[in-house]
Amino acid sequence: MLGEIIGMSVANIVHNKTRSLLTILGIVIGVASIIALMLIGEGAAGNISSQLSGLGGNKLTVQISGTPIKRTLFEPDLRAIAEKPDVVAVSPATSSRAAVVYGSSRRNNVLIAGRSYSLFDSGQQTVASGRGLMPLDVEGRSRVAVLGSSLATALFGNRSPEGDEIIIAGQRFVVIGVLQEASGFAIGSLNNSVVVPYNVSERVVPNTRVSSLDVFFAEGADVTTVQADTEAALLQIFDGRDSAFAITNQQEILDIVQSITGTLTAMLAGIAAISLLVGGIGIMNMMLVSVTERTNEIGLRKALGAEPMQIMIQFLIESVILCLLGGFVGILLGGALAYLGAVLIGFPFVITAGPVLLAVGFSVTVGLVFGLAPARKASRLNPIDALRYV
Amino acid sequence: MAALLLLQDICKSYYLGEEEQPVLRNINLTVAAGEFLAVLGPSGSGKTTLMNIIGCLDVPTCGHYVLDGISVDTLNEKEMAKVRNRKIGFVFQNFQLLPRLTALGNVELPLVYSGLKTVERRARATAVLEQVGLGEKLRSYPNQLSGGQQQRVAIARAMVTNPAIILADEPTGALDQTTGQQIMELFGELNQAGSTIIMITHNREVAKVAGRTVRILDGELIEGGEARARRNYRYVRRQYRP
Ligand SMILES: Nc1ncnc2c1ncn2[C@@H]1O[C@H](COP(=O)(O)OP(=O)(O)O)[C@@H](O)[C@H]1O
Ligand SMILES: [Mg+2]
Repeated sequence: MLGEIIGMSVANIVHNKTRSLLTILGIVIGVASIIALMLIGEGAAGNISSQLSGLGGNKLTVQISGTPIKRTLFEPDLRAIAEKPDVVAVSPATSSRAAVVYGSSRRNNVLIAGRSYSLFDSGQQTVASGRGLMPLDVEGRSRVAVLGSSLATALFGNRSPEGDEIIIAGQRFVVIGVLQEASGFAIGSLNNSVVVPYNVSERVVPNTRVSSLDVFFAEGADVTTVQADTEAALLQIFDGRDSAFAITNQQEILDIVQSITGTLTAMLAGIAAISLLVGGIGIMNMMLVSVTERTNEIGLRKALGAEPMQIMIQFLIESVILCLLGGFVGILLGGALAYLGAVLIGFPFVITAGPVLLAVGFSVTVGLVFGLAPARKASRLNPIDALRYV
Repeated sequence: MAALLLLQDICKSYYLGEEEQPVLRNINLTVAAGEFLAVLGPSGSGKTTLMNIIGCLDVPTCGHYVLDGISVDTLNEKEMAKVRNRKIGFVFQNFQLLPRLTALGNVELPLVYSGLKTVERRARATAVLEQVGLGEKLRSYPNQLSGGQQQRVAIARAMVTNPAIILADEPTGALDQTTGQQIMELFGELNQAGSTIIMITHNREVAKVAGRTVRILDGELIEGGEARARRNYRYVRRQYRP
């Protein structure tokens, strides 16, 4: 029984190909936007939380603006913070720009990223070949450099650069490794830069200073305590000037990101809801036209013994199948959009069952809700009037 | 011997605004199982209206109707649909085949609503189509069949549920004379094989094939009435005496 009805519905939809396609457009757009926004949202959220968590899951970010008297941080300052309870590692960062030269290859205006060994220790960054910075490099202020993957290719082509000398801002450095490539346009990617010990970068490039600091703390430690301790240490370092630095913890960043994505999601959900509404009205319109066109068929089916409920189910199923068709195309389209977005922005593309099931659920619901009025109309047709309608 | 079909003081009126338009008046009719009854009457006399009432597609304004022991007046819409499905086979003047179904699909349709399984449905529809001489045309669509063949498909569809009565409304009206003759012969054969048939027509020649004829004029069964009904009853008794 159900099999026959589904078969007849499909035959009808196929028979009115163009009209069916135009009708489901609204559903396609609605479902595509739901899928795209959910997949991108999930990918982005996963990406952001994995970026924010780092190793051990807990870190504070400190922006350093310094005071006229003390513009940067030195090893003893970092040690003072690192010695606070529960603090696992302190990772300073400088950033400046300079020319990088190897033989006859030259790259101007390259980002010189001054870091500590903790960048590699903490697992935030791994190397594709060679090694990363080690404590000895920082303590001895060694002139060593780890190249970003794109920069390595630009300077060395396919050759292995480890052990070769390059010139950064007019000073000789030994290349000790190449960074693992970061995907796409990932925020803060070091692909085109060169990593050197932070205290070396301060000496080599003029006007360079520690501009930010990551403070990693132990799993399970109390964020507020660590933040208070760090703040106390920094106040001591900067002579009580609290304008010299700003501490943000992950949770705050996460909250901001979530409120932004929440707003975006709400907007996109609004668009999706409107297109589903418009799509549903389109479906209802097409089904009403279809009922009128098939008045005679409905009358005949009733004469042959179809109960009103069976006629109603036939038209409801047809409307649901139309919507599911739209939903299916929408899932493909939305998935493609999300994939494109993931590749362009550099989020990982993950397809999960949740959004797909939700889209299917939405399609079925729209089909049922907007198919109800036409289906009722069909089921209530008087068979005699319907048969006369030729 | 109970009558298969019993119409008692049936009337039907349509209302055009305030004005009552009687279409059927005081119809009394008894039909026994195995009869072939022709209802003869000019256009507009109320034949189709009568058939719609007999076919449970319409309800009378007054009177009683008993079909195969079921008092049809008291049924709701769903039960009427069941009666149409199990007890009645329709044959229409304009065939009324669904263009997007094959001959087999059209004949299977009533069985779909009986809730029969696909295999059984297919077997029965095939057998009936073979019986009406269309064993070669199972997969043909209506537009690939001649008028006569289409009407044979429609007759097969009417027979497939093994109904108590086959109701045919001017089944030869849209066919040429030779084809019409062949369709009438088919109805004759079906009746011989035991089917009860009520055929509506305005053509005397066509009515001759039937075992019994009643005339309808302006909504009244003129050769029927009380006297005729009594005669009918005797006729029925005679036929079914063991
Ligand atoms: N739905 C209706 N509303 C009003 N009048 C109707 C309706 N159906 C039929 N009639 C009238 O009833 C009369 C009998 O119609 P019908 O039973 O179709 O006649 P026949 O089949 O004998 O040609 C006609 O005068 C027709 O106009
Ligand atoms: Mg008529």
